[in-house]
Amino acid sequence: MVTSLEPARLLVIDDNKVNRMVLSRNLEQQGHIVETAENGKEGLEKIRTQSFDLVLLDIEMPEMDGFQVLEACLNDISLRQIPIIMTSAMEELDAVVKCVELGAEDYLTKPVNPILLRARVNASLEKKRLRDEQRKLFRTFATKEVAEELLRTGFSLGGKHITGTVMFSDIRSFTTIVESQQPADTIELLNGYFGLMFEAINGNGGTVNQMVGDGLMAVFGAPIFHEDHCECAVRAALAMLEQLKVFNAQQFEKGKQQIKIGIGIASGEMIAGYIGTQNRATYTCIGDTVNLASRIENHTKVALRPLLIDLYTRKGLSDSYKFEDLGPILFKGKQQVVNIFSVTK
Amino acid sequence: MSMLDLNTFNELKESAGADYIGELIDAFLDDAPNLFTQMKTALANKDAESFRRAAHSMKSNAATFGAMELSMLAKELEASGRENNLEIGNRLEIMEETFRQVESKLLALK
Repeated sequence: MVTSLEPARLLVIDDNKVNRMVLSRNLEQQGHIVETAENGKEGLEKIRTQSFDLVLLDIEMPEMDGFQVLEACLNDISLRQIPIIMTSAMEELDAVVKCVELGAEDYLTKPVNPILLRARVNASLEKKRLRDEQRKLFRTFATKEVAEELLRTGFSLGGKHITGTVMFSDIRSFTTIVESQQPADTIELLNGYFGLMFEAINGNGGTVNQMVGDGLMAVFGAPIFHEDHCECAVRAALAMLEQLKVFNAQQFEKGKQQIKIGIGIASGEMIAGYIGTQNRATYTCIGDTVNLASRIENHTKVALRPLLIDLYTRKGLSDSYKFEDLGPILFKGKQQVVNIFSVTK
Repeated sequence: MSMLDLNTFNELKESAGADYIGELIDAFLDDAPNLFTQMKTALANKDAESFRRAAHSMKSNAATFGAMELSMLAKELEASGRENNLEIGNRLEIMEETFRQVESKLLALK
């Protein structure tokens, strides 16, 4: 039988003293740390101000009943992930069904059988542990909203047409840099650099799709649509350049390699989705807009400007930026010229 | 229906611990008079909801210790309260008498 890994913090909410005592005692015997509350209002207050891994919630209580407490928790994004097990008398199963439909994790009838209690509590704690791990994993690849969305809906392979903004970014002369230093230094450089770039991108609503060598690709406006995806991308790009200044200053102080980057941004229609198999997939975008962004990024070497955008993106921006019209460019593999702009704050 | 189902009681004693069962019994026996008072007051005030809640608590606590008959009587009174029917005849007195029997059995088992 699998036992719980470490003491969890539990809250027992019940207006009946004997029930509180019996439940607390059982749970403490099972190795957990237990707090109690006498009614819904007190219980909700404790949930908000303290951190609990699981709540055992009586349905019938004065001041605020179990159903109301459950509702309040599920409507609060910071409380929603705490598993709640309803406790009730056999005759209240109708109310229990309502609670489970609303989103309660599980239920137990009173008087509570200690073996069932242990089984259900451990199952809920394990589920929560896995969800927390999942959340952490998602967060390493996506913004908070995307992570929550993925957790909520699961994900399916397959694509959809979206309108968004895609960004490519590269370190200038990276091959030369790699050849000039130790592998360990290169990795350290990349990790420091990526850490800052992620912060700038995630902090402006973007999702990093890929990192290939020193290059990264990020998308704005997908998987969760943002009306101002153009603005977000440009803000992120400018933030990246700011972060880079700080990074370079730190590198200089340590006597280490400083770097320059090029960023290319294009907006428009693309196909977004999870590409791969059920076991291994990346969320990515494909289409003309994506290809264009990549070409634009490449063009930063030629134009000698760190940040270049296309016309569509330009149109999606407020006038609070400085634009330099670099004129129409004909990219290899494209039939039509494309208007490119350099952007600064 | 038993006055005190020893299987239930012993299971409780085992899971809570022999050192704790006394405290649990005390909590029940200390609280019970309040519940009876609450029910009598509710009857006098024709407050079916208060009456129901007190009966509900008694039902729950009695069942915890295995006092099945007491729990059943409380359950009937709870149902009366829910139906807003406070014409309960002498059922409250019968429940009190049953409680007294349960009380002496529990005190002997402490």
